[in-house]
Amino acid sequence: MSDISIEALPPVGMIALRGEMGSLGRAVEAVTDCAPPEQRMSTRSGDVTVMWMAPDEMLIVCDHGAAGALAQKLTAQLSDVFATVVEVSDARQVFDLTGADVEALLSKLMPVDFDRLGATEVRRTRMAQVPAALWRHSGGYHVMCFRSVAGYAMRLMEDARPVGG
Amino acid sequence: MSRRLKTGGRLIDRDRPVEFTFDGKALRGYAGDTLASALLANGQRVMGRSFKYHRPRSVVAAGPEEPNALMEIGTGARFEPNQRATVQPLWEGLSARSQNAWPSLAFDVGRVNDLASRFLPAGFYYKTFMAPRPAWKHVFEPFIRKAAGLGSAPTEADADRYEFKYAFCDTLVVGGGIAGLTAALAAMRAGERVILVESRATLGGRAATDGAEIDGKAAEDWIKNAVEALEKSESVTLVARCEGSGVYDHGYVICTEDLTGFKADKSGPRERVWRIRAGRVIAATGAIERPLSFAGNDIPGVMLASAVRDYLLDYGVSPGERTVIVTNNDDAYRTAKALLEAGLRVPAILDVRPEVNSPIVRDIKDLGVKVHMGRGIARVHGNDAVTGVSVCLQAGDGAVMQEIRCDAVAMSGGWSPVVHLWSHCGGKLLWDAERAMFRPDPARPPTGADGEGFVKTAGAASGALTTAEVLADAAETVGGDAPSTAVVEEAPIRPVWVMPEGAGPKLRAKMWLDYQNDVKVSDVRLAAQEGFESVEHAKRYTTLGMATDQGKLSNINGLAVLADRLDRTIPEVGTTTFRPPYTPTTIGALAGEARGETFQPLRRTPMHDWAETHGAYWEPVGHWRRAYCFPRAGESHADAVSREVKNTREHLGMLDASTLGKLLVRGPDAGRFLDMLYTNMMSTLKPGRCRYGLMCDENGFLIDDGVVARIDEQTWLCHTTTGGADRIHGWMEDWLQCEWWDWKVHVVNLTEQFAQIAVVGPNARRVLEKLGGMDVSAEALPFMAWADGTLGGVDVRLYRISFSGELSYEIAVPASRGAALWSALMEAGADFDVMPYGTEALHIMRAEKGFIMIGDETDGTVVPQDLGLDWAISKKKDDYLGKRGQMRSEFHKPDRWKLVGLETLDGTALEDGAYAIGEGTNANGQTVVQGRVTSTYHSPTLDRGIAMGLVARGPERMGEVIRFTRIGQEPQEARIVSPVFFDPEGEKANV
Repeated sequence: MSDISIEALPPVGMIALRGEMGSLGRAVEAVTDCAPPEQRMSTRSGDVTVMWMAPDEMLIVCDHGAAGALAQKLTAQLSDVFATVVEVSDARQVFDLTGADVEALLSKLMPVDFDRLGATEVRRTRMAQVPAALWRHSGGYHVMCFRSVAGYAMRLMEDARPVGG
Repeated sequence: MSRRLKTGGRLIDRDRPVEFTFDGKALRGYAGDTLASALLANGQRVMGRSFKYHRPRSVVAAGPEEPNALMEIGTGARFEPNQRATVQPLWEGLSARSQNAWPSLAFDVGRVNDLASRFLPAGFYYKTFMAPRPAWKHVFEPFIRKAAGLGSAPTEADADRYEFKYAFCDTLVVGGGIAGLTAALAAMRAGERVILVESRATLGGRAATDGAEIDGKAAEDWIKNAVEALEKSESVTLVARCEGSGVYDHGYVICTEDLTGFKADKSGPRERVWRIRAGRVIAATGAIERPLSFAGNDIPGVMLASAVRDYLLDYGVSPGERTVIVTNNDDAYRTAKALLEAGLRVPAILDVRPEVNSPIVRDIKDLGVKVHMGRGIARVHGNDAVTGVSVCLQAGDGAVMQEIRCDAVAMSGGWSPVVHLWSHCGGKLLWDAERAMFRPDPARPPTGADGEGFVKTAGAASGALTTAEVLADAAETVGGDAPSTAVVEEAPIRPVWVMPEGAGPKLRAKMWLDYQNDVKVSDVRLAAQEGFESVEHAKRYTTLGMATDQGKLSNINGLAVLADRLDRTIPEVGTTTFRPPYTPTTIGALAGEARGETFQPLRRTPMHDWAETHGAYWEPVGHWRRAYCFPRAGESHADAVSREVKNTREHLGMLDASTLGKLLVRGPDAGRFLDMLYTNMMSTLKPGRCRYGLMCDENGFLIDDGVVARIDEQTWLCHTTTGGADRIHGWMEDWLQCEWWDWKVHVVNLTEQFAQIAVVGPNARRVLEKLGGMDVSAEALPFMAWADGTLGGVDVRLYRISFSGELSYEIAVPASRGAALWSALMEAGADFDVMPYGTEALHIMRAEKGFIMIGDETDGTVVPQDLGLDWAISKKKDDYLGKRGQMRSEFHKPDRWKLVGLETLDGTALEDGAYAIGEGTNANGQTVVQGRVTSTYHSPTLDRGIAMGLVARGPERMGEVIRFTRIGQEPQEARIVSPVFFDPEGEKANV
């Protein structure tokens, strides 16, 4: 598994949305051009990805610098609707994993059925003892955890890396 | 004498000798040997001493069920006790030691226990509790500790690492015998994702050893083809050396794979625990042969008949030159055949059945072997090795008819299906009287979420006995075609639980049921006689089946003896509960990756690295590490804390407060919601302002506190304690989701989003002004106000709040800017004598001000009124969580322990948790207490000990001197005072 590359990405823009899914979906589509994501899935338009997180929650992932303005637009779009828009760009750490054996590595740490993971699916799960999420990208996977445990997550993945192990 | 035969042994490679040691002695085996087969090949029959009586013991089995041959494998950091020699593959340099023997395996002092066995019957351990107390302490306990026990505990930390593997499949097949292979092939052909695990290194199970013809091929060839077909398929995962350890709800199965235990190269993980979600589980786990209960059935040289075959055919090892076979079924005749074909002698077969005329019995008779019908063994002769057997009528009382010289005995009491995996999640068993076995009842499987059975058994695990039955059952289980094989007629078994059936007490006291825990037929009978009629009670009283082998050989025989003694049927008595794991699993394997640095997640604040490079002395706070203090070179922690407090009070201190919980509560009903959660009013708070609040549980007990800021019309930000961040978030969601589901409120946990820096002390405003960017004057930002702005070019939210009594600001900043802002503040603060301070200085400063700390002043039994916090409880509100609980009369008793300050007369600090001594003693003869210390420190500001405590009627007793306990010293006197020791008027913060 020596060909695996694990990289901690610089902060990514993130916006948490809470509210009724229909309203959130319409606002998100109007502001970002992303279609409302199906349950457990994500949609993408340009640099913006919208992820389904829970029955009343979405997460928008975008450029770090764009998050503030995007959050303001969404807040304005939702104006009178009972919904919450919060920028959470600094709350999480995203890792980029590439290489042929990434799934084998991650399957030591995360209870994920990779064979059944959809191309646009966002799998909320855990990595060993902490909450985590992952999704596919063209060359591998993005793995996300909370910022305070980023060091723990990195160490877990490095420890799981060796060949035959 | 056991020895290696000149030829034979399908699993060993005679071209690859392997050196190993046993009790320090250098020995040689072959690649493919197990430790047990290699020891037998070297003539080493005695492999251990028994648990209680220290009797010499040898292997009885050849598989995972082995009770006797437990070894200590490896040394130092790779030392592993209680490993079964029968499943321990041999590797170059392996070092094995026998267990439970002192001073040596050949001469063991504990053997005296055997001679005294009359005084150590079932339950003797429990009876020692009833003896006079000193006898237990001085006689029984030291004796039992010395005499009992198996392997020793490792003394070094484990050098290996372990890992998990999460996997998913439609069908998980446990067991790679012909039943498991048949099931896996059928599932594969049906297009399923299949995982097949086999605990041994090679697939095929017994069929390869015993020989059979399947689909017109020799079993070994059929197995080879089947394995090839499975290996070729992309949808099938085959894992050898991997045991199905436990089945849990929702198709969750734990399997344990050995990665380095079988080889000299120890690099890489030691074991891999497969955590599998399976659509269905096929337990093709085979069956275990039962011993027979005759006197001396534990003498080295007495073995299961199938094990004798295994050692002969798989490893080319003969257990003896002359082997007497004793049986109640046809299967043991296969052993006779194998022995004869290897050129060894079978002086007699003792078959308890009066008359049998099945083909295999006829074959053996035709070979000239003497088969004695209706006979059994009265007793086995020999001490450290079998020297002969006395023959008797099975139907008699053991009168000896004949003595036969032999050096080995092969016994077969029939077969018990391995039903463990079927039973782990509640699959039920039925007693099959014809086959004399408990087998899975297909009508009562363990059920999944859909109410359907999710575990099935296949082959011998279902109770099938012949190759034809095994294959038919496996095919039916999965729904495929059974491979063809010849149907062989076998004569029925005749159940035998005691041999001979009329054996008296003397013989019964030498018939072992549970070899590993030294439980005999006489012990189980004694338990029944003493009233332990339930099989679960008898098990615990006698310890039958409670050793590391969990009674794999002894359970059925033991409960049959119990049933006989109670005059009940076997199904009436029933079995004990089968619990995972199937065989012992190491703690290291179960811990997986969680060891060393990843034992627990370590949470780091954005300023963690700064603190680390600046010499922080850490303390764990939940999963966080927080700086306790920042000691300088040569400085003690106490001195560092003292310096930090004084500097903060006189100049400027900075604290990393990022761990505090930050919960955003938003929505049209947010004010109403917070009014219910906090004891005081939050809905009336004006935007731009902060208020300190208390949270109680339904019983009225204080569970959290913190400052709430009103952000806008619909938005509040609630600060919680560090430990409360996740707990209070969950508490809020619980109420919103389960009780007030129609209230329009969202809660978002922003704890991770922000770094928070407390800037504290007389110079606090000056350093912020130096950074510049926003108005931080008293007029623009009064006490308990907040404002958004920038400081030194960084977007911040600035709260003017104080937990120290000083002029103080807390700055919230997006986490990614936290470290930069901290450094900028430290740099700007240099002109104002800034120093970082840690949690201990924080605690002291809050105690000097009489501020409570959740977890110090509260312990789950304290209501806010106990702490004099009545001012923070709204009288205007109709309701809040805890209001009704706080109305209980208990909380209004006049002698309730209430918060006060405590000032020692001699100026020293009180002991943490010390009790205030009351008058006299209580009904239990204990000293009456009237209060306790909740926080105690040496105050650097006041240069004397200060404390807070809860004291009966405390606030009414100001000025009174009471005494507090001190461990190992005379009590200490302290005066009851106000809990606010420093700046009672609050002048320092009000600037």
